[in-house]
Amino acid sequence: MGSPFDINGGACVAMVGKDCVAIACDLRLGMQALTVSNNFPKIFNYAPSTYLGLTGLATDVNTVSDLFRYKVNMYRLREERNIAPQTLANLVSSSLYEKRFGPFFISPVIAGINQTTGKPFICGFDSIGCIDLAKDFIVSGTASEQLFGTCEGLWEPDLSPEDLFETISQALLAAVDRDALSGWGAQVYIIEKDKVTQRLLKGRQD
Amino acid sequence: MRGPTIIKAEDDKTRQLNKHTLMAFSGEAGDTGELLMIRNSTLPMLTNGFPLVQFAEYVQANVSLYTMRNDTELSPAAVSSFVRGELARSLRSRSPYTVNLLLGGVDPVTQEPSLYWIDYLASLAPVPYAAHGYAQYYCLSLLDKHHNPNISLEEGMKLLERCTDELKRRLPIDYKGVLVKVITKDGVKVMDFDNDRVVRSA
Repeated sequence: MGSPFDINGGACVAMVGKDCVAIACDLRLGMQALTVSNNFPKIFNYAPSTYLGLTGLATDVNTVSDLFRYKVNMYRLREERNIAPQTLANLVSSSLYEKRFGPFFISPVIAGINQTTGKPFICGFDSIGCIDLAKDFIVSGTASEQLFGTCEGLWEPDLSPEDLFETISQALLAAVDRDALSGWGAQVYIIEKDKVTQRLLKGRQD
Repeated sequence: MRGPTIIKAEDDKTRQLNKHTLMAFSGEAGDTGELLMIRNSTLPMLTNGFPLVQFAEYVQANVSLYTMRNDTELSPAAVSSFVRGELARSLRSRSPYTVNLLLGGVDPVTQEPSLYWIDYLASLAPVPYAAHGYAQYYCLSLLDKHHNPNISLEEGMKLLERCTDELKRRLPIDYKGVLVKVITKDGVKVMDFDNDRVVRSA
């Protein structure tokens, strides 16, 4: 059997625009080449403008998304405020490094807007919690190589929310078409200061 | 089945977790259990293989313990989450359960039917229809084509028959027929199913 990161397949990407961010994922869940479900979203919401995308081993996507739901709920009760994307990034990082010698087989991506500064924020991680800060885009999953290509080609600075949606959607759809383990529809979130738009892309069902 | 020998031809590989939730299981080493479920008002299923009773009974006992302590029936979504959690905990232990599960149920409050696919790695996915083991390769394509969200019980049984026909035709193993159970808001009942019908090869 291959790497645990490529058993179930999946892709996720986050991008920065002008006063907005976007995060998108595919919807496939498979076992090797066999597709089991075409409705397996990999993006989870932890505060009104803080989102976490998780690709990799599906069981760990489930476990980690549940774990952070618990941790973020506890944070919100203690602090009586929503978690900022930067804070979630540090929480994800330390939680993953806790499992340094028996890691979760996932590659997380965070996208959000910091409500105090109003600034967009994206970052990615490796499976043991090393934070990858970026000003442009973050990719993860079995289609990450393809996503690097499409994002490098399509992304430009200061995109409006509408243009950012088009850019991230085309980047994701083009990338997953060149990866047998990703695709089967996509979910896109466009996050603005006080508005989030969720869109479902049907995509190729083959 | 143990190695090439069939020990028991009619073995119920399901456990009822509460009044309206049923779990089918298969997968212990050396076994090729097949499971199949279709989601709707109808939830027929097909099982074969050797039982993995330990895990199933543990889950069953804990679900009824929770129900007795809190005087509330758990919804299928809650049960699936609990089962997945236990299986995920087991996965990173010294001897993990290698069990694949299908969990079907009708929510006691909303009356909504639901079906959950859980594999031995504890990946959980809500699905309209599902199979485990070799049955996946033979049946998922049929279910893709013929299942629709509003399928009736009769149509569901017909579709299930198509699946078993295909298994009889193409699967090299004699799986000794299937046991079909249907879950409705009123509970679980065993369906009549003709396992002796001869299917000619294509």
